Amino acid sequence: MVVTKIEQKEQEIIEEFSLFEDWMDRYEHIIGLGKELPLIADELKTDDLLIKGCQSRVWLHAKVEDSKVFFTADSDAIITKGIISLLVRVLSGQTPSEIIETDLSFIDEIGLKEHLSPTRSNGLVSMVKQMKLYALAFRTQQNNPL
Amino acid sequence: MSELLTDIDVIRAQFPILQREINGKPLVYLDNGATSQKPQSVIDAVSNYYSNENSNIHRGVHTLSQEATSAYEEVRKKVQKFINAKHSHEVIFTSGTTGGINLVASSFGETFIKKGDEILITAMEHHSNIVPWQMLCERRGAKLKVLPISKEGEIDIEEYKKLIGPKTELISLVHVSNSLGTINPIKEMIEIAHAQDIPVLIDGAQAIHHTPVDVQELDADFYVFSAHKMYGPTGVGVLYGKEELLNDMAPYQGGGDMIKSVTFEKTIYNDLPHKFEAGTPNIVGGIGLGAAIDFINSIGFDFIQAHEAELSRFAVSQLRDIKGLRFIGTAKERAGLVSFVLDGIHPYDTGVILDKLGIAVRTGHHCTQPVMNFFEVPGTVRASFAVYNTKQEVVKLVEGIDRVKRMF
Repeated sequence: MVVTKIEQKEQEIIEEFSLFEDWMDRYEHIIGLGKELPLIADELKTDDLLIKGCQSRVWLHAKVEDSKVFFTADSDAIITKGIISLLVRVLSGQTPSEIIETDLSFIDEIGLKEHLSPTRSNGLVSMVKQMKLYALAFRTQQNNPL
Repeated sequence: MSELLTDIDVIRAQFPILQREINGKPLVYLDNGATSQKPQSVIDAVSNYYSNENSNIHRGVHTLSQEATSAYEEVRKKVQKFINAKHSHEVIFTSGTTGGINLVASSFGETFIKKGDEILITAMEHHSNIVPWQMLCERRGAKLKVLPISKEGEIDIEEYKKLIGPKTELISLVHVSNSLGTINPIKEMIEIAHAQDIPVLIDGAQAIHHTPVDVQELDADFYVFSAHKMYGPTGVGVLYGKEELLNDMAPYQGGGDMIKSVTFEKTIYNDLPHKFEAGTPNIVGGIGLGAAIDFINSIGFDFIQAHEAELSRFAVSQLRDIKGLRFIGTAKERAGLVSFVLDGIHPYDTGVILDKLGIAVRTGHHCTQPVMNFFEVPGTVRASFAVYNTKQEVVKLVEGIDRVKRMF
């Protein structure tokens, strides 16, 4: 079986999280990731790029370089932002097809599935959907150059 | 009446769900503003209805239907007594508070609201008491006016008087605010409105389980509430309306039960309350509501009010000392909840960590986005109390918040 780049990244994160013994450690790590750096430039925090969750807000920006999609994203809630940083780490720099096909099962394996539940209304589900839509749009563009 | 139930442990023991553990911790349920938990008596009433009494009500000649009809109509009388309505047919069963407001917006609107008329609400209303009026205004070319609130989350009566004008046709306001806890001076506000012959609808969703409501004493024209916030089932609620107004209003939905006779040429509508109750209602919900009223009566509002006021006071006194905590809503008259934000910590983050500790609070805008915009916060953390909550639970909340603060 061929291991995709996305699966490799997912595996890295699963190993990283396997070091934590309880939920406190896991969440402290996510909070740390969320705090590390502003993931999106302030000038990109526009309403155009805003995905409104009921609970927290998410901004997502995407661009293509060398046939690969690069995401930057941000949120006003730190836990959401921490999870965003994991998603960006996995998906950014991959090809549109890989992004479209992945099911992001690592989120479940590291015990954070609840955050990707539509009932959370934290904007993450919409963000993942939007990431895939960008990838789809870029792939269509690549296949049908003007 | 039998002796009142005033021992918290005995009260708690009636709520099976309070025995649950969440994330390995005993559940601390402080999201009663969203919905309260249900006592065994309500659960049993619902279960017993389906096990032994289930049948469709009204017009059935067989025994089960007769029994179910009586049971359902007995609840109407129980509600009448509970809110001291003059007549039991002034009690209309709805799907809940939202259902009741939509009914009035539709039927009262159909009959009474014309182009250029004004409907007045306050800036602290739940979306359910904003959007139905916006929709009505759009349909009729009417105007929605909004009474501002102060930074404490209170209404200014002088401002209120100024906003009432010759074109005001209806005032709709919340009894107790779900996001701020403010108790509005509704009696005084109704009196002011009535001086100019303007009817008033009161959204009692957050009041009905905290405080005795006497619709005649308030002289409310409409009073709406939900069963599920008063220890009853979801999907059922009450619209109280004055007989005269309800009689004048156009029907809401058409269907069975709301008619006297139907031909293809003309339909004669049924009398109150059935005129507003098309279709098979939430019968079992009504039965559960009856049991919920019995439950509240078995404790008594004297105890409920004293206990919840004590919990709120205690919560405020404990939370006040937390550095970086800011209360949203500091009205003098408040009921049943505390709403706050933590400096630099998003309410969502706070809610996630508290949940890990087994503490259920509500975070977000509480369906009052205009209130959040007014206070310039993305949302708040809200702890709302019911009769089964304890001071120990408040202490756990405070410890939980300390933990949250250490983590961020």
